[in-house]
Amino acid sequence: MESPIIELDGLTKNYGSVKAVDNLCLKIGRGEIFGLLGPNGAGKTTAILMILGLSEPAAGIARVCGVNASSDPIAVKRKVGYMPDSVGFYDDMTALENLMYIGRLNGIAEHEIESRARKTMEIVGLSEEMHKKTSACSRGMKQRLGFADVLIREPEVIILDEPTLGIDPSGVKEFLSLIRRLSRQQGLTVLLSSHHLHQVQQVCDRVGIFVDGRLLVEGDIGTLSRNLFGEESYVVQITIRDPLSAFEEHAEELRKLDGIRNIAVGENTVELSCREDVTPDIVRFFVQKGLNITGVHKKEFGLDEIYHRYFENNQKKHISHGKSTGLFQRFFFKRNNA
Amino acid sequence: MESPLAYFKDFFSNGITHSRRIQQKTESPFWVMVRKETGDHIRSWRFIVMLILIVLTFLSSLYVSLSNISKAVANIKDPDRIFIYLKLLTTSDGTMPTFHIFIGFLGPLLGIALGFDAVNAEQNNGTLIRLMAQPVYRDNLLLAKFCGALTLVSVLFLCLALLMLGGGMILTGILPEPVELFRITGFIVLSILYVSFWLSLSILLSVRFRNSATSALTAIGIWLFFTVFYRIIVNLVISAMLPSPDYLQPGDLAWYNDLFQSLRRLAPGQLYTDAATTMLMPSVRSLGPLTMEQMAGAVPSPLPFKESLMIVWPQVTGLLAATMVCFALTYYLFMRREIRT
Repeated sequence: MESPIIELDGLTKNYGSVKAVDNLCLKIGRGEIFGLLGPNGAGKTTAILMILGLSEPAAGIARVCGVNASSDPIAVKRKVGYMPDSVGFYDDMTALENLMYIGRLNGIAEHEIESRARKTMEIVGLSEEMHKKTSACSRGMKQRLGFADVLIREPEVIILDEPTLGIDPSGVKEFLSLIRRLSRQQGLTVLLSSHHLHQVQQVCDRVGIFVDGRLLVEGDIGTLSRNLFGEESYVVQITIRDPLSAFEEHAEELRKLDGIRNIAVGENTVELSCREDVTPDIVRFFVQKGLNITGVHKKEFGLDEIYHRYFENNQKKHISHGKSTGLFQRFFFKRNNA
Repeated sequence: MESPLAYFKDFFSNGITHSRRIQQKTESPFWVMVRKETGDHIRSWRFIVMLILIVLTFLSSLYVSLSNISKAVANIKDPDRIFIYLKLLTTSDGTMPTFHIFIGFLGPLLGIALGFDAVNAEQNNGTLIRLMAQPVYRDNLLLAKFCGALTLVSVLFLCLALLMLGGGMILTGILPEPVELFRITGFIVLSILYVSFWLSLSILLSVRFRNSATSALTAIGIWLFFTVFYRIIVNLVISAMLPSPDYLQPGDLAWYNDLFQSLRRLAPGQLYTDAATTMLMPSVRSLGPLTMEQMAGAVPSPLPFKESLMIVWPQVTGLLAATMVCFALTYYLFMRREIRT
C-alpha cells in the first residue's frame, strides 16, 4: 500500500510499570476501514489518543497524513474526526447548539453553520431531537450526535472509539452501513475500535486484534475468518450414560474418521473437534460401539466464542503469571506456521 | 437516515465550497470558546446568585453613604471632602461596611464561583476530550475559561461604577472631577485584578482536583483561612516573637512592625484592602508607619493621583504576581495531563 494515511511505528506507552501499548506498528491506507478489536483495557483508547496527539508516546512515532501527531497535533486534528467512547455534551445546550459549537471551533463560516448542522443531524437520524437538551438525550442519541460532531468537520480520517456502544441493534446496523457507505463514497479512512466482533466483521476491510497492548494479528476479514473457521470450527460434545472406561482404543479408531482433529475425554463426555460437520458419522460410530448416548451437543465456533475462550485463557494466565500463549495466539501462529 | 449520500457528495468532495470556506474570515476558536464560556456563566444560577449578592451590597452601601454624604462633605477636617464621588464609595456611619470592604470579602467568592469547576466538570462530563479532539490548542481552553469569567467580572464592576456615577450625578447634580474618574477606574481595575486572582486560584484547583466539590471546598477553605485565621495566626506568631516593648529600641520596634505588616500582606485580601483604601482616599499617604520627621511639615491635603498610584504599586504587583503564579501552575498541571475520562 503506497503512502498510508495512518502509520504507526513502534508506538509505546507506559502507565507506571504497565505497558498500555507495546511497540505497535500499523499501516492503514486511504479509504480503508480498519477495525481494532480487543477487550476492555487492551490499550485501544490509549493507542487512538496517541494517533490524535492527545497523549504522548513513550517511544515510537504516529503519523497521520504524513504529519507527526505528537509534534503537530493541531494539523492532525484538522484532518481527523474523533469520536470518543464516552462522548459528553454540554447539558444545558440543545443538540443543535452543541453541534454548532463544534462547527464554530472548526472554523466553519457563521452563515452556513446552522444549515450544515441541520443537514448533518438529518444524516445521523436526529432531525427530530434537534432542539432537545442533550441532558434529556438517551445514550444512543448521544452516540449519533457524537458521529454528527465528526461528520460536520469534513474530516479525511474518522476515528471511532466503540461507536456502537449503547445503540440498539437496528440502529447499529444502520450506523455501520452509514459508515461503510460514507467511506466508500468519499474515500474516507476509518479506524474503529470495538469489542463486538461480529459488528466489526460487518464493516471492516481489515481488522487487527489488540490484546494487552500488543497487536496479535492483523489482516482482512476473509483470511482471518478462514483462519478462525478453518480448523477447529466444529466441536461436538457427546454425553454417555455410563462412565467411560477404556475409551482409548475407541479414540484411536475415532481419529481415523475423516475430519476429526482432536478428542478430549471426560468422565462421561467426549468432546471432539472437527474440521467439518461429521456429527452423523460420530454418532453412528458410538452407536456401533454400543455406547449409550444421552446427548449430542454441537458447538459452533464463532468469532465471539473464540474471543471468549481467549479471554478466559488470558485471565488464567494472569493468575498463574505463566505462559503468554493464549488460545488466540496459538490459533493464529499455528496457522501462520503451517 | 434517508439518502445521506446525495448530500455528502457535495459535502465532502466539493473542493470549491471548501476553499471558499477557508477564504472567509472566521472567528478564531479561542474567541468562540470565550463567547461560549461567557454565555454559560451569564445563564448559570450561581452567577445570578452572586450578582444579586453584589448588587444588594452595592445598593445598601450606597444608600448608607448617601444618607451620610452631607455630613461627610461638610466635615472641614477631612481633606478628602471635595471628592464627592469618592466619598460616596467610602462613607459609612459604622452600621455597614463600605463597598470596597464588601468586595474584599465577596470578590473571592465571585472568583471561586466562576472558576471552581472550570476544568474538572468538563472532564467529568466527557466534554473535555471532545473539545481537545478539535483543532484547538490545549492552553486556549484555560485561557478561554479565564477570559470568559474575567470579561463578566469586568463588565459587572464597570456597570456598578457607572451606576454609582450616574446615580450620583442625578442626586447631587455635581459633575465628577477627572481625578475622581481616574481613581474610580483605578479602583475598578484593582477589584478586577483581585477577583482574577481568586479566579485563577480556583481554576488551578479545578485542574488539580477531579471532583468539583473538592475543588470548591478547597478554594473556600483557602478563602476562609485568609479572611479569618491568617490574621489571628500572624498576631499570635508576632506576639510570641516580640520581646517586651519596654526593652526595645525604637528602631527594633519599627523593624518588628515592618515584619508584622509584611506578613499580613501575604494575604491577598489585605493587599486589596490597602490598595483600594489608598485609591479611594486621596489623603492616605502611606500604608506603613510614618516617622515624625516624615510627618513634620506635611500639609493634610489629598495626594495627586500619580502619588497614590505609586503607593499602591507594590500591592498591584503583588496581586498580579500571585495571579500569574496560579495561572502558570495551572498551565504546568494541565498541559501534559492525560485527558481521558
